[in-house]
Amino acid sequence: MIQFFLMVNKQGQTRLSKYYEHVEINKRTLLETEVIRSGLSRSNEQCSFIEFKDFKLIYRQYATLFIVVGVNDTENEMTIYEFIHNFVEVLDEYFSRVSELDIMFNLDKVHIILDEMVLNGCIVETNRARILAPLLILDKMSES
Amino acid sequence: MLSTNGSRGGAGTHAWCGISSRSVEGVGCGDPRGQRMVVPSLKLQDLIEEIRGAKTQAQEREVIQKECAHIRASFRDGDPLHRHRQLAKLLYVHMLGYPAHFGQMECLKLIASPRFTDKRVGYLGAMLLLDERQDAHLLITNSIKNDLSQGIQAVQGLALCTLSTMGSAEMCRDLATEVEKLLLQPSSYVRKKAVLTAVHMIRKVPELSNIFLPPCAQLLHERHHGILLGTITLITELCERSPAALKHFRKVVPQLVKILRTLVTTGYSTEHSISGVSDPFLQVRILRLLRILGRNHEESSETMNDLLAQVATNTDTSRNAGSAVLFETVLTIMDIRSAPGLRVLAVNILGRFLLNNDKNIRYVALTSLLRMVQSDHSAVQRHRPTVVECLREPDASLSRRALELSLALVNSSNVRAMTQELQSFLESCPPDLRADCASGILLAAERFAPTKRWHIDTILRVLTTAGIYVRDDAVANLTQLIGGAQELHAYSVRRLYSALAEDISQQPLVQVAAWCIGEYGDLLLEGSCEETEPLQVEEEEVLALLEKVLQSHMSQPATRGYALTALMKLSTRLRGDSNRIRQVVSIYGSCLDVELQQRAVEYNTLFQKYDHMRAAILEKMPLVERGGSQVDGEAKESKEAQLSETALVSTEPQASKLLDLLDLLDGTSGDAQPPPPLDPSPGGALVHLLDLPGAPPPPPSIPNLRVFEREGLQLNLSFVRPSGTPALLLIMVTATNTSGADVTHFICQAAVPKSFQLQLQAPSGDTLPAQGGLPVTQLLRILNPNKAPLRLKLRLTYNHFGQSVQEIFEVNNLPVETWQ
Repeated sequence: MIQFFLMVNKQGQTRLSKYYEHVEINKRTLLETEVIRSGLSRSNEQCSFIEFKDFKLIYRQYATLFIVVGVNDTENEMTIYEFIHNFVEVLDEYFSRVSELDIMFNLDKVHIILDEMVLNGCIVETNRARILAPLLILDKMSES
Repeated sequence: MLSTNGSRGGAGTHAWCGISSRSVEGVGCGDPRGQRMVVPSLKLQDLIEEIRGAKTQAQEREVIQKECAHIRASFRDGDPLHRHRQLAKLLYVHMLGYPAHFGQMECLKLIASPRFTDKRVGYLGAMLLLDERQDAHLLITNSIKNDLSQGIQAVQGLALCTLSTMGSAEMCRDLATEVEKLLLQPSSYVRKKAVLTAVHMIRKVPELSNIFLPPCAQLLHERHHGILLGTITLITELCERSPAALKHFRKVVPQLVKILRTLVTTGYSTEHSISGVSDPFLQVRILRLLRILGRNHEESSETMNDLLAQVATNTDTSRNAGSAVLFETVLTIMDIRSAPGLRVLAVNILGRFLLNNDKNIRYVALTSLLRMVQSDHSAVQRHRPTVVECLREPDASLSRRALELSLALVNSSNVRAMTQELQSFLESCPPDLRADCASGILLAAERFAPTKRWHIDTILRVLTTAGIYVRDDAVANLTQLIGGAQELHAYSVRRLYSALAEDISQQPLVQVAAWCIGEYGDLLLEGSCEETEPLQVEEEEVLALLEKVLQSHMSQPATRGYALTALMKLSTRLRGDSNRIRQVVSIYGSCLDVELQQRAVEYNTLFQKYDHMRAAILEKMPLVERGGSQVDGEAKESKEAQLSETALVSTEPQASKLLDLLDLLDGTSGDAQPPPPLDPSPGGALVHLLDLPGAPPPPPSIPNLRVFEREGLQLNLSFVRPSGTPALLLIMVTATNTSGADVTHFICQAAVPKSFQLQLQAPSGDTLPAQGGLPVTQLLRILNPNKAPLRLKLRLTYNHFGQSVQEIFEVNNLPVETWQ
């Protein structure tokens, strides 16, 4: 089960955070700083999976953004690694060549996309067309 | 989907990032109450820009606080138009870590509004801000109920999403029937969400599994992958929670097999293919479910065998997706009762992973091999060379895994090669791994040492490279080992002398070396020894070295004690004049350290008043056997008490390092055990001498403990503390079966905290016949050198009444006598 999904940039600022297991708000910032610190210290050569307290962390770096997913023991790390890439591809298709700024200014849409893909810590949909369909309809209606 | 709201022109179509002609809109403009000030409210984008523009933390906080004040005012005024925008800003601020609890009621209002944009923000806010601990969350239940029965897909989707993220137990109970209805709706968009909401509900309220069990069979026939994914998760959750459900779902194994087979064999399908593998996420989920269903069940495992072999061979592993599927397949193969050929295939796949260049794959392979090393030891051994190579990886996670696996792979045939590798690793590894590595090497050496000489060499090498990281009883172990190997005395003392001459900073090494030189100094000076190069050592050099140790600021007080005692012993071993020694000893008679001072004073007395007895007292220590009796110790101790004026303090409370001259306790010594009480006055000493031959008092008996009972199977523990070794505890585990059915495949495993050493001996059997048949017994040996409180965790796995049972529990109420 996915416990949390974070997107953090290199300076340590959180761009997206979604928690599927409740964490107190003051503990969240602490958790995020620790996670970022262990992520930034990794080089590209190293393994993407790190054991951290009682979760496993899976990192993936895309330009200036780190995507970190925390899972518990039952989840297959490589699947999640693949899932992160899938998510980024969906974002890419929606925003056409997504960048950090796109995510910052369209945070709600990114949340909608993430909610389409992950429900209560489980992956539910991975097909790009189906994920983006409701969002595209929403956009069309709001333009008209 | 969107409810049209044309009356408010600009605001109704105000999408999130829509371009609006007015960048600053006034709240309350056009209001009849003209006295109110127009408060400009920022759009979300502008707020983000401002926050980004803030140069310092304090500036950012200022901007945010100002904005929060606006938001609070707006909420108070109750403006329905811009509520969603205000809440959106609040959520952004919340993400940055600022408190946002005052937005909770706004979420409720927004959820109740008929407009979709409002609902969207409201539900998002609910997910982020509300949770079980807040009192307000129950208020959404009604709104969610209305939304669920509305029939508009998007809205239903929103409601389900929120329910599955933060639904509490009460909410779930109320809304369970609604969700069940949605499971059968024609729209697949809603159904896939409903299934996962059901999973959440079951997690919160296990009794609801009854409601959600029947639809599963029908849902499995779906072709929509999203629904399938959800259904498989639902079935997995049901099976994990109740064995009855597990049995029920074994029937669907053939169907799962069919689904997986279609996935694997169909060629390229554009819909779900990720780097050439069709829907790896679904494949992995199905494999995990198969693992749960096939565990300990022959029939299901057989059905799966072919399929697993097919998946394992057909999957393309050039990309990560394929490797993920293959990894899950290997895990499944290892867990179910698979054919032996299949297991070998699995180990080979893991071996191939190890050779892969991708670090992630290697990590994953090492982790699985570690899990398998107990059950398939010989198969894993074949990959030992690759594992050893992984030790040299610069990555910390990888080298840690490789270290654990290498230590598990050491056995009597490869111990020399492995120790060599591990020692070279020890020299270069990061500090946090050193302690583990050092103790691992020492343990392996102890279990598998081919010759004593090799053992001594190994320990010596570990002490030189990582002396400060070794465990406390290493010194005691080594001295005892050397003492036992008579033929190697000369060899050891030479090696230790040369090691000491090079470097006097590693404390354990210095202590052992000092002790050795003291005991076998005469052998050192004799000159010739076939096993090392000829080393000509003069008496003066030896004494100078020991004095250097005594005076060095790097030596701890314990080490100084060793060195002083060694000097004393040398006074009888060396043929020359002992004036120099006498001088040193008298200097330390006024040392600030109390322990050293006491020793120096006693030795001085030895020189002066009891010179005739010096040789007898300082002769070579007799060989102590592991677990030997304390009788010898008491004899020597009381003799010394007879001769000296002051009482002896034999052990310091600090951990280890201190071996008193006459303290002959074996490898478990050096801890905080108080000595048997000695009568200090010389008058009473004669009585002591006469008391000697008495056997040590029998150990007090410790009451038995019943630790486990379930359906007629009982587990009892009985404890014995042998008097000779105070740190050893023997536990006899007895399992009895008074029920009507046999208990088979009974395995009992134990775990203790790190400071203990545990040894499980082979049990007397693994079957407990019914109706009070022959019990199964197993002996546990626990060494507790630090006298720490004992904690024991037991894990039982067995088959009883046709079910496989696994129990893990900690033994409470352990009597205090077991560890004191």
